[in-house]
Amino acid sequence: MGKIELVGVEKTFGHVGVIKGVDLQVEDGEFVVFVGPSGCGKSTLLRLIAGLEDTTGGRILIDGVDVSDTPPAKRGLSMVFQSYALYPHMSVRSNIGFGLRMAGVPKEERNRKVEAAAAVLNLTAYLDRRPGQLSGGQRQRVAIGRAIVREPKAFLFDEPLSNLDAALRVNMRLEIARLQNSLGTTAIYVTHDQIEAMTLADKIVVLNAGKIEQVGSPLELYDHPANLFVAGFIGSPKMNLVSGAAARKHGAATIGVRPEHVSTSPTIGEWEGVVSVAEHVGSDTFLYVTVPDIGDITVRAVGELALKPGAKVFLTPDISRIHRFDRDGNAVRN
Amino acid sequence: MATRQTHILGRILVAPSIVLLFLWMIVPLGMTIWFSLLRYSLLDPGSESFVGLLNYQYFLTDPAFFTALANTLVLVGAVLAITVVGGVLIALLMDQPIFGRGIVRLMVIAPFFVMPTVSALVWKNLLMHPVSGLFAWVSKLFGLTPVDWFTDYPLLAIILIVSWQWLPFATLILLTALQSFDEEQKEAAQMDGTPPLAFFFLMILPHLARAITVVILIETIFLLSVFAEILVTTGGGPGLATTNIAFLVYAQALLQYDIGGASAGGIVAVVLANIVAIFLVRLVGKNLDA
Ligand SMILES: Nc1ncnc2c1ncn2[C@@H]1O[C@H](COP(=O)(O)OP(=O)(O)OP(=O)(O)O)[C@@H](O)[C@H]1O
Ligand SMILES: [Mg+2]
Repeated sequence: MGKIELVGVEKTFGHVGVIKGVDLQVEDGEFVVFVGPSGCGKSTLLRLIAGLEDTTGGRILIDGVDVSDTPPAKRGLSMVFQSYALYPHMSVRSNIGFGLRMAGVPKEERNRKVEAAAAVLNLTAYLDRRPGQLSGGQRQRVAIGRAIVREPKAFLFDEPLSNLDAALRVNMRLEIARLQNSLGTTAIYVTHDQIEAMTLADKIVVLNAGKIEQVGSPLELYDHPANLFVAGFIGSPKMNLVSGAAARKHGAATIGVRPEHVSTSPTIGEWEGVVSVAEHVGSDTFLYVTVPDIGDITVRAVGELALKPGAKVFLTPDISRIHRFDRDGNAVRN
Repeated sequence: MATRQTHILGRILVAPSIVLLFLWMIVPLGMTIWFSLLRYSLLDPGSESFVGLLNYQYFLTDPAFFTALANTLVLVGAVLAITVVGGVLIALLMDQPIFGRGIVRLMVIAPFFVMPTVSALVWKNLLMHPVSGLFAWVSKLFGLTPVDWFTDYPLLAIILIVSWQWLPFATLILLTALQSFDEEQKEAAQMDGTPPLAFFFLMILPHLARAITVVILIETIFLLSVFAEILVTTGGGPGLATTNIAFLVYAQALLQYDIGGASAGGIVAVVLANIVAIFLVRLVGKNLDA
């Protein structure tokens, strides 16, 4: 079991509020991803759950038990650090088994569990090496091995893939997803990477300045952002946000429309603009169009579209896919 | 040195300094060896004659030599033990966020800046003096008989003085190493539920191994030739109780005016130092690679 509940959790460093009242429910077996801009408090929130920081206010419950004052090791969680934080003078075997050793697990059982974890992670051949003799991806797997071998209630990941190169990142992402799926263990995962968030998460938590902006499944956030912040943060390229007269026409202070929901035409459309940049990435073409009185609009069009910079183009947003926001930036539902 | 080209270039560039260093070392060493083969007494100048290994024979069969050798080893070993253990403990303490940490650090470093002669005099006259010393005063406060350190425990007294001088050095090096301990690794250990003692022995000590090696190697070099503290406090006595090899060589040359014998002693000291160095490098030097 690994159900985690946060009730009004707050954290201040000195006089600076970093986490300002967070309520969150993580169900057993769920994969939850925290995203948000740098410095918004993702790591801090994760460390509060881990017990590496004390809360200033509120309660943290694991399986219904208040653990706010419980030391990290007693919470039954495992953490994978961004820098891996392996013990450099110990072999891979000792690294993975260290938590079990501290918990007083007898040697044979420990070895059996370590070897099982190593087999899952393709580390069997490296059990007697030191971390310094491994590649980045292998080190990452050792860190994950250290986390799974203790059979925790939940995994906590703090940007675990950010030190890896792009190709390895994709592999490890799949591996983490597969592992979490087969173990069925709750996971909380912090990342900057949109793709990681969208692909891994059952539930995404968007944080901004120490507060939760929205919680929901990846598609929910993509299709129904609750406010301007989430609308601008989720999705790449970013959603086009237009305010002023063009928005008032649709009965909102600001309207948002995703690049793929804008159609182009050489002759007719709602907005008339000039192409400033056209990026051809094969399957798609991204057009950056300057529209007078409205601003720059990003359009995702088919790959074969042959528009040169400087060309005139008409744009029409798909009315049914427009997001409307009121004066305070909250979504207007209709 | 990535390529053969840079390798050769590197060698050529460092050659002048190597030659200079080599001459710097080999000339005095050669002269000392030469003197050690002569009968050369300052009481009888102009009568130098070649006597072969006779000086060595006298020096090595002198009972004082074995006493001095034992004293040297005890002194070095004891001071190393005290400074390394004490240094680790003080460094651990100073790594904590305590009140007035800056001042405490400055005070801990201070003894290193005091000249050996001065610190020996301070210890002898202000601290360990059986009548007017601070320790005697404290003993009397508790109704105990003051200890006459330099008469009753002369070698221990020297060990304490030298340890006091070298503790700051060890502390400083070890503190620096301690501060480079990875914060996330500490947190990982915390998540693994490592109790404080296990954390110290399984994480901190291995992390400090390299720094401890450096402390031991550097201190040994200097501790083999402790001299000023002995001259100022006990003058090698009572009897031979505090005579180490360095002091024995001094006594040979300037108290008995025997340059030949002193040179032989000097060479013996060099050989001994090298033996100790080889042992040390074998024993702990493997911590330095990797
Ligand atoms: N120990 C600390 N003392 C004081 N302020 C801190 C401390 N740790 C974090 N902060 C502050 O708290 C805020 C949130 O930090 P946190 O590390 O949680 O951000 P983050 O969302 O993980 O950012 P990133 O994506 O860059 O890792 C930052 O403004 C940071 O300066
Ligand atoms: Mg962070």
